[in-house]
Amino acid sequence: MSNLNDNFSFNKTNEREAEKILAKYPTDRKQSAIMPLLDLAQRQNDNWLSRDVVEYVANFIEIPFIKAWEVVTFYSMYYTKYNGKYLVQVCGTTPCWLRGSDQVAKACKEMISPDQNTLSKDGLFSWMQVECLGACVNAPLVQINDDYYEDLTYDTTKNILQSLKDGIEIKVGSQNGRTSSKAVS
Amino acid sequence: MLKEKDKIFTNLFGDETYCLKRAQKRGDWNNTKSLIKKGRDWIIDEMKKSELRGRGGAGFPTGLKWSFMPKDPALNNYLVVNADESEPGTCKDRDMIRNEPHKLIEGCLLASFAMNAHTCYIYIRGEYFNEAVVLQNAIDEAYEAGLVGKNAANSGWDFDIYLHRGAGAYICGEETALLESLEGKKGFPRLKPPFPANKGLYGAPTTVNNVETIAVVPTILRRGGEWFSSLGRKKNTGSKVFCISGHVNNPCNIEEEMGIPLRELIEKHAGGVIGGWDNLKAIIPGGSSVPLIPKNICDSVLMDFDSLTEVKSGLGTAAVIVMDKSTDLVKAISKLSHFYKHESCGQCTPCREGTGWLWRMMEKIGEGNATSTDIDKLLDVTKQIEGHTICALGDAAAWPIQGLFRHFREEIEESLTKIRAA
Repeated sequence: MSNLNDNFSFNKTNEREAEKILAKYPTDRKQSAIMPLLDLAQRQNDNWLSRDVVEYVANFIEIPFIKAWEVVTFYSMYYTKYNGKYLVQVCGTTPCWLRGSDQVAKACKEMISPDQNTLSKDGLFSWMQVECLGACVNAPLVQINDDYYEDLTYDTTKNILQSLKDGIEIKVGSQNGRTSSKAVS
Repeated sequence: MLKEKDKIFTNLFGDETYCLKRAQKRGDWNNTKSLIKKGRDWIIDEMKKSELRGRGGAGFPTGLKWSFMPKDPALNNYLVVNADESEPGTCKDRDMIRNEPHKLIEGCLLASFAMNAHTCYIYIRGEYFNEAVVLQNAIDEAYEAGLVGKNAANSGWDFDIYLHRGAGAYICGEETALLESLEGKKGFPRLKPPFPANKGLYGAPTTVNNVETIAVVPTILRRGGEWFSSLGRKKNTGSKVFCISGHVNNPCNIEEEMGIPLRELIEKHAGGVIGGWDNLKAIIPGGSSVPLIPKNICDSVLMDFDSLTEVKSGLGTAAVIVMDKSTDLVKAISKLSHFYKHESCGQCTPCREGTGWLWRMMEKIGEGNATSTDIDKLLDVTKQIEGHTICALGDAAAWPIQGLFRHFREEIEESLTKIRAA
């Protein structure tokens, strides 16, 4: 976890990536690149954005800091604090709730922390309830960092969290053995 | 019922790889040039003949929408594809993006050509990270094969296509909020007029279409508008991918013919309602924004735009959320109210303040701490929000609550009375 970002700048790989991002938009419309650039910076910075990092991105595309900060605080996928190595997002909207998302949240409470947005004792995890993740026929599900784990139960949720803790590789996607969103036959 | 030969998305579930070579074997990119050579008017005319209605929820005729775009070649028109799929219950675009990306990309080229656009942006919701990786790979494949880029598919048309990831905001599914977001700003919906077809992205003429709308275009043009309109019912034509979630035995996505009876859809493809059809309480037939319908309507209603409007609901995104008799309906709808409260952008007062108020009132009713007068007041407030905001999010927050009390008020009041008596 990096605390000091006074000197944040894109590393060499991300500098090239940033150029590729800028090339997607008209040269006089650099502000369009803010969302992908914030995402890139966040990934380089342990998945969170400090004020300094946002300042760097704002300067990078020559916009006032406040314009960048507005974007950071409007969208839910920019984090202004460190969330652990694994950020577990539990979908709790109606289609997931109908299929038992409360049990998934219960597993997170027991394995990570009784409260949302709080680091686990080992500092590896935090969890939060989020709104619809858009995989409703594979409900209930969680998103852990970039990956979806679907068709969950209380037990399979616990298994996933334990496996991540133990560094054991787990299959992304449906946990009940089916292919994508095809009906179990 | 849709015949196998009429299916558009033959790889919806990813049984095969999405990659270009395989996609070409399935028929994608087959002589795209010849379709473009037939000209812009022919394409728009075929789309009109197909009677395709937009698949993002509003159901506006696609061919007509395309014909609104200015034809002046000096203008820098844009096509923007809305892949910000976030309507609770909906996950159809996700499957098209990860398993049929070449249908989407080819559709983008054809639609852009028809609308005089040399540039297309696909705005995909931020949470679909792995899907964005697949789509970017597919775009790279198409560039390498010369199918997009300069002289795309040898057609003489220059065409660039870019992927833009969102960052978690339902409101960016609203087309003008999406454009604001694409310009690097907060996702605040714009006042209309001007409509995007006149002033859209960067002030240029823009059409925003849903993923499914664009992904079906190549097949419609190859097989003809009349083939598409021969499926389904008049003005409600074609096939459609339905998402069946909630209390069914086998939740799934499935491509079916428009106008299929709701009951048949669920029993044939999703293994039926848990505990049998008689255990059904209510269904939200088109994503969270449309009012629910009780079992007696579900018994016979057809799944298309006009049939569902007749029963005061809507086809929306065709996301079917099934609720059996064990469901606490007030809680189910209250969770949707919480969703809209969370996703309101905060620009218009009736929505910003109203959605929170609706949710708190729904929670009070759920706790049994309310009276009939409170329900009257709640319904009155939904009417104060509906139609009084820049975009339709306010309406979408109001309708599920109105639907709930339209059909279940008596039952809810009875339980409130019982709680008070105890």
